[in-house]
Amino acid sequence: MRYFADVRALARKDLLLELRAKDTLPAMLLFVVATFVVFHFSLPEHSSRLAASGLLWVAILFTALLGLGRAFVPEQEQRVLDGLVLAPCDRSAIWLAKGIATLAFLVAAEAVALPVFSLFFHGLRGATVAAVLLADVGICAVGTFLGAMAVATRARDLLLPLLFLPLAIPIVVGGVGAGVVADPGKYLAFLGLYDAMFALLCWASFEYVVTE
Amino acid sequence: MTTVEKYVTAAYCVIFAVVLAYVVLISLKLQRLERDVAELERREAKTEDDERETVHVG
Amino acid sequence: METVDRQYRVPLPALAVASLICITVSLVIVFFVAPNDAVLGFSQKIFYFHVSIAFTAYACFAVGAWKAFRLLWKRDPRADLESYVAVHQGVIFGVLVLITGSIWAKYSWGHWWVWSEDELVLFLVLFLFYCAYFMLRFSVDAGPQRENFSAVYALFGVVLVPVSFLAIRLAKPFLHPEIFTRHGANLGGWMLVAYLVTQPSVLLLAYTLYRIELSGKRLDLRLRELRPA
Repeated sequence: MRYFADVRALARKDLLLELRAKDTLPAMLLFVVATFVVFHFSLPEHSSRLAASGLLWVAILFTALLGLGRAFVPEQEQRVLDGLVLAPCDRSAIWLAKGIATLAFLVAAEAVALPVFSLFFHGLRGATVAAVLLADVGICAVGTFLGAMAVATRARDLLLPLLFLPLAIPIVVGGVGAGVVADPGKYLAFLGLYDAMFALLCWASFEYVVTE
Repeated sequence: MTTVEKYVTAAYCVIFAVVLAYVVLISLKLQRLERDVAELERREAKTEDDERETVHVG
Repeated sequence: METVDRQYRVPLPALAVASLICITVSLVIVFFVAPNDAVLGFSQKIFYFHVSIAFTAYACFAVGAWKAFRLLWKRDPRADLESYVAVHQGVIFGVLVLITGSIWAKYSWGHWWVWSEDELVLFLVLFLFYCAYFMLRFSVDAGPQRENFSAVYALFGVVLVPVSFLAIRLAKPFLHPEIFTRHGANLGGWMLVAYLVTQPSVLLLAYTLYRIELSGKRLDLRLRELRPA
């Protein structure tokens, strides 16, 4: 079980770094609340409740992008990634650990964001919360993977949203559907399918992203 | 066929004619270029061989 | 870096002439032999090309992903360029799908864009995705890292196609009611023949363009190597 020990160690490192630095998570929290306020002003009167539900997902995606953009920056700045790759651990453990850490941040941000959303707009169903959690897994899996690629390029911050958004469209569909439609089962199942397929693909191909 | 339909048909035919003419012409050009480059590579390899110094052993 | 060329059996000009002939035959059948559709009329004829081009675009992306897989799995050195050119062709044909689809939508329903057409929306998403492919490729310097990134991303694309298609289907109930209904093209007789001739012709044209671009890029690389250092 070396693999999981490696993952735990790497994830723990990221979480500890964030706990000490305290820069990414507060930024994400502030960003998401500010976004909600902007939404209030951008939704004309008599906009449906559904419009607000949709905007929740936009907020989640962009808050996630904020966090994901920062995810590999410490590695890049300290040139740690080369060291991690040289370490005798399966390369995909790097992706898994980073993904788990980012997931933790995203969930922590949402733990504040969702109640604020309920306060500003309307209450959220259980299905929506379930959808958010399922979507988070997909977002972090794909986003961490793409973040590792983006950070190695010249364009860096510019590139991650471009790479991420087309892949995030199915997540939005699943999430909004689950929150809005009477029978959310299909949409939650779809989110699960997305998570499974892309997590598997990321896990299998991360090796090629960090080695040459 | 009505007049409009004739125009649409003509438009399709003209577009495809232009594209395909271009494709044929550029294929011929590429084939010629490939032959030329292969010839250049052959000459380059030959000069490399001729330039190799012979060293007496023993 | 040595460029290894794959030896193709069919020479390029032969492919080009074959494409010319096939497309010409297909044009003749589509416009002069196949009857007009009973419901949609003359405007239905764009379908022969629209559907053929769409299928060809999918085929290009699939080839791109296959070559990408060969690059990562078999370490085939030629596969990177082949994958890139295939994806490039896929995007070109994808744009053509959007254009022909838009023309057809304008003619059928009066709008240049309709969200109710699954295939059009799917191609829009794929277009965004593969444009990002080029952005990714151009922001990394040439080398094994660029090859790996491009290959992995091309594989993601292939997984995205069915997932997106499913998503678009699932989005329909809550996005908007189905106002526009399309009559399925009942292909029979000469109309079926027209499609069965057009589809391979477009595929052949795509393959010819692929070989052309590949040849051009390889020549470029070889010439660069020949240049005195």
